[in-house]
Amino acid sequence: MPMQFVKYHVRDKYLKTDRLPHIWCPGCGIGSILNAFLLGLEKANIDPDKLLVVSGIGCTGRVAGYLNMDTFHTTHGRAIPFAIGLKIARPDMHVVVFSGDGDLVTIGGNHFIHAARRNNDLLVILVNNLNYGMTGGQVGATTPHNAITTTTPYGNIEDDFNIPFLAAAAGAVYVARWTSLHVRRLAWSIAEAFHRKGFRLIEVISQCPTTFGRRNKMPNGLDMLKWFRDNTIVKHNADLRETRIELNRKIVIGKFIDIKDKPTFEEQAYGLVEKVRGVKRGE
Amino acid sequence: MSLEPGTYFFSGNEAVAEAALLAGCRFFAGYPITPTSELAERMARRLPQVGGVFIQMEDEIGSIMAIIGASWGGLKAMTATSGPGFSLMQESIGFAAMTETPIVVCNVQRAGPSTGMPTYVGQGDVMQAKWGSHGPYEIIALSPSSVQECFDMTIRAFNLSEKYRVPVILLMDERLSHLYEKVRVPSKNELIIINRKKPREKKGFLPYKADDDLVPPMPPVGEGYHFHVTGLTHDERGYPHMDPEVQESLIRRLNDKIRKHVDDIVEIDTFMMDDADIAIVAFGSVVRPSIRAIKLSRERNIRAGLIALKTIWPFPDKFFEDISSRINTFIVAEINYGQVVREVKRAIGDKAKVLLLPKMGGALHTPEELLDILMREAK
Repeated sequence: MPMQFVKYHVRDKYLKTDRLPHIWCPGCGIGSILNAFLLGLEKANIDPDKLLVVSGIGCTGRVAGYLNMDTFHTTHGRAIPFAIGLKIARPDMHVVVFSGDGDLVTIGGNHFIHAARRNNDLLVILVNNLNYGMTGGQVGATTPHNAITTTTPYGNIEDDFNIPFLAAAAGAVYVARWTSLHVRRLAWSIAEAFHRKGFRLIEVISQCPTTFGRRNKMPNGLDMLKWFRDNTIVKHNADLRETRIELNRKIVIGKFIDIKDKPTFEEQAYGLVEKVRGVKRGE
Repeated sequence: MSLEPGTYFFSGNEAVAEAALLAGCRFFAGYPITPTSELAERMARRLPQVGGVFIQMEDEIGSIMAIIGASWGGLKAMTATSGPGFSLMQESIGFAAMTETPIVVCNVQRAGPSTGMPTYVGQGDVMQAKWGSHGPYEIIALSPSSVQECFDMTIRAFNLSEKYRVPVILLMDERLSHLYEKVRVPSKNELIIINRKKPREKKGFLPYKADDDLVPPMPPVGEGYHFHVTGLTHDERGYPHMDPEVQESLIRRLNDKIRKHVDDIVEIDTFMMDDADIAIVAFGSVVRPSIRAIKLSRERNIRAGLIALKTIWPFPDKFFEDISSRINTFIVAEINYGQVVREVKRAIGDKAKVLLLPKMGGALHTPEELLDILMREAK
């Protein structure tokens, strides 16, 4: 069969196609996750004009720039506080934070837990590629124990964050984890999370063959996808003490937390406005 | 409700908060820090009354990023901090400068470096306000010297930030933040409020294409502009563009939009300068003992005058160039080991003698100290 170039894609309308090709490496998982995000958006029937996407810095930080919406590429680790201000200013809009593990839970970890605690009304898509990809594959707070990276040449002696456990403990109302292989379930989860309110986290474990896989016996994207296929187990409502990622253990994926009625920060802040304005001041 | 016109008795911190509300500020994000906590406390109480939102963030980086986000969401927004917090905000100030986001940052200076003297006055953040973030950029910094000026300059800070789409730093100091004075609140028709320019039409709109004033109109979110904002070097479309020519034109414009409007931005107060041949240069709280020192020196037939800087950045080069020919000696009195003095020397060159009268922090210059140096130099 002769090679055919795809000239048009059904979800092109969501993309700034004049910015393509994207910067991601061959075999990278971010493209699949972005596609799942667009599918989820469509399933949830979200008007892109009512959606604001905020990214931080890093490979996943580049997602915002490819979306044909109002988008923000902020500083390293600070996508969440930027998004907090944006959402407070425009509570009528959906605000999505789309960024990486290093950005959101390493340099930005403090903002992450506090936004979850406050229940800021944000949907956070956290792409976890287990290392710092853009800077050449250094260890992060999400790199599994014993993994080889450019700054852990003898193996990682630190433990990694168990992100679903962290998010749930801090107060997130929706917590799910998928991989870049589980695109259908991921899209469905994104669609569902769009119809929840409050601090929602979807962690997506992604393959980074270029800087992580090739140092950990998975040199191709396909090798890493096979790892996800053979070493994940879907376990909804799992005990979150068991969701740490370890190289030689099954990775637990699924939907872990789904709380529907917790008031958001924004609801309470604007509720306060009504309450305060209704009461006569003694001043 | 915003404040009714009339006369009030406010501290500097309170005056800034009330002026911000009057200027249209509807979002404040901050982190507690001495000596500016009263400002945040007043905002927490007052913002819900005017329909706004106060949020106490987990740190100063979160605070400034939240106000940058809120500004893009269409709200006028501010934060307030002091030395250590101002240091944490520097990266984000560069981001706001690069993305041309109107924000107001009130930095109540205390004695530093490091934790220094949290409850005592300092003026050591002058250079940091201009150069604190990496890369070549321009911001605006205003320096009030009375509670009335705290009030007036806060409104001006919002106006300048909206007009030029630039972070404006209100460089207060501890002494002013806790000083109580009479404040006259102007009536609605006396009040000048400037709001950011909006795009004239959506078709063919380029988010970073500037008008003749070098300031691009700021698109609102949620109206289908589909614009992208990035701290990366970007072209007129707002797209990242790693090209030295794009960098050249973007960075020139970001700087020139301030440099070419120095006359509009700069404000200076002078006192007894008409016949002066020796001048004190001061800003912030130091203006106050300086006025007293000038009066005392005049009683001793010393022809001294005062130059009170109300705008520190951009620095009023032209003012100093013009005045340097008729002044023999400039005495720069500041609560640091020499910051504004470098700018004065740069602006004047060797046309006059420029001396530094420093204080390391914790106390203002006394009128007597200032008088001593005037008497010594006037001989």
